Amino acid sequence: MDDRKAVASVRVAELVMAGIFLAFGALVMWDTRRLGASWGDDGPQAGYFPFYIGLFIVASSAMIIFKALNLGDKGRAAFVEWGQLRMVLLVMAPTVVYVALIANPWYGLGIYVASAIYIAFFMWYLGKYSWPRILPVSLGVAVFFFLMFEIWFKVPLPKGPVEALFGYT
Amino acid sequence: MQEIQSLMGGFAVAMSWFNLMLMFAGVSLGVLIGVLPGLGGANGVAILLPLTFSMAQQPGGATSAIILLSCIYWGALFGGAITSILFNIPGEPWSVATTFDGYPLAQKGRAGAALTSAFTSSFVGALVAVILITFISPIIARFALRFGPPEFFSVYLLTFSAFVGMSKGSPLKTIVAMMTGFALAAVGIDTVTGQLRLTFEIQQLLKGFDFLIAVIGLFGIGEILLTIEEGLEFRGTKAKLNLRVVLETWKELPRYWKTSVRSAAVGCMMGIVPGGATPASFMAYGLAKKMSRDGEEFGTGKVEGVVAPETAAHAAGTSALLPMLTLGVPGSPTAAVLLGGLLIWGLQPGPLLFLEKPDFVWGLIASMYLGNIVGLIVVLTCVPLFASILRIPFSIIAPVILVICAIGAYTVHNSIFDVWLMLVFGVLGYVFKKLDYPMAPLVLALVLGDRAEDAFRQSMLGSQGDLGIFFSNPLVGTITGASLLLLFWPLLSRLVAIARGRNGNAAG
Repeated sequence: MDDRKAVASVRVAELVMAGIFLAFGALVMWDTRRLGASWGDDGPQAGYFPFYIGLFIVASSAMIIFKALNLGDKGRAAFVEWGQLRMVLLVMAPTVVYVALIANPWYGLGIYVASAIYIAFFMWYLGKYSWPRILPVSLGVAVFFFLMFEIWFKVPLPKGPVEALFGYT
Repeated sequence: MQEIQSLMGGFAVAMSWFNLMLMFAGVSLGVLIGVLPGLGGANGVAILLPLTFSMAQQPGGATSAIILLSCIYWGALFGGAITSILFNIPGEPWSVATTFDGYPLAQKGRAGAALTSAFTSSFVGALVAVILITFISPIIARFALRFGPPEFFSVYLLTFSAFVGMSKGSPLKTIVAMMTGFALAAVGIDTVTGQLRLTFEIQQLLKGFDFLIAVIGLFGIGEILLTIEEGLEFRGTKAKLNLRVVLETWKELPRYWKTSVRSAAVGCMMGIVPGGATPASFMAYGLAKKMSRDGEEFGTGKVEGVVAPETAAHAAGTSALLPMLTLGVPGSPTAAVLLGGLLIWGLQPGPLLFLEKPDFVWGLIASMYLGNIVGLIVVLTCVPLFASILRIPFSIIAPVILVICAIGAYTVHNSIFDVWLMLVFGVLGYVFKKLDYPMAPLVLALVLGDRAEDAFRQSMLGSQGDLGIFFSNPLVGTITGASLLLLFWPLLSRLVAIARGRNGNAAG
């Protein structure tokens, strides 16, 4: 795949984003129907304020959509190129795995072990470092944060089996 | 001079060894945060805010906590200049104008002079703004004591209209971003009726969206994604900063006193208005270019071109705290996070704060003087150290920053759901930046949403649903009128332009 090729044009991105906002605004307005958006016995009902918020979102995003349709040449520019999107995904995918590793219903590793693995993977895959460089950095950072949060500031973070071995749960 | 007396009391509070240590720690951390990509003033303070929860509960601890956090803010303001000058990468939006002359100066081998003048003018700008805060804020606070809900709502309206009226981008996008912030703020239990709003029976949404998570995601993760997109490699010039260069630059600086005064004035005026720091730095640069004798040479590396934006940005960044303290309306995202901190510590920002917690207020104001002196010393002595941090390859620094963001998001409520939410906000921040949606209005609306809604509802209750209450007396009427003018400013200025264009055509 050509790195410079556009994945999406600015016009498409504008339309998608404004469409999401339009739906979001409509959702807000829809929810206020349940709450009541008018004047109750004792003052404005719970949905009074959000109703207008939703209305503003819907109206503005509709106008953004209208403008995006008439963007002309500017709309044909690339919103994101393949090479760029790949870099972004290369960062986002491991980060999603990282957060899933910290805590999940099946087997959470805790934040420190997950962080060490995450940093190690990042350095190995994106930085092409050798393991003698990777291990001190990734383990060092994890140990530093452990000392800082669990011992100095006494702010407990999610812990897993490895910390349990040392008596921290 | 009652203010001087109060200020002296404040110095007595702020001058303890513990607080001075916190200032050094805060400023150093702040510069570090300002230098690192993906960490800026707003999300740096947001990440560290949870660490102050226990500190703030001790007697006098709230003052120490705000000193720590505000010093991080000063540090971040200083740090932005380092990356702008040495690497041509503005660390913060308001350092963009600093790159115009700062980077060419560094390329000419005068990095030391550029840095010294940037730091010194930052210091001067901040000092002017702090003096302004010292003498003006008690007056505004006393004045605002008479404010009722309609007045407060009109001030909120002014804040948000200012965003629409002053933004460089599309006003529609500003409105959408802002209203999304309000909608997110409404999620959860309604404080008045106790009803659940916008939760759609999802349990995690019951407690609503925390703005700290939004700040960490939008500004932190979003920024990292943008940086990585460019396949980042830092190519910077070496920073040599020794006493001789500093003294030589200081000898040169008094020549630009007129530029300094002008820029500080622009900064102070714009800083009180939300989102003012960035336009202030550009305005000051433009003004200096127009008024200076060698304005033609601006952009090729003139010291004066560094002095102007830096003075204005710092004056604006500092005076952004003035409306935050006196009215409870923050002037910048970082001020919004600080305001959120006050609320979490159980302090109500606003006019009453000056009456009820004078120790806190004056301790904070005194710490602004000291913190900026500390900041100047730290940055002048440690530039090479901070610049060397930028030489750490991105593939090491990026995952560490992401880990810090994840920890920061988790500690807000001890909830892993918040970390997921942070990632979502991160993607949102990336798209926002790419499509020119402003993020600051979203964050401010998220912070102020409940308070603005309460003020609106209470005014409506008082007037039985009549919107005329926002024009019911000269004070509230003026503020509301000004807000409406600002709100429709983009539309008005376009109409004026069209009208002028027609005239021009007729004449030509």
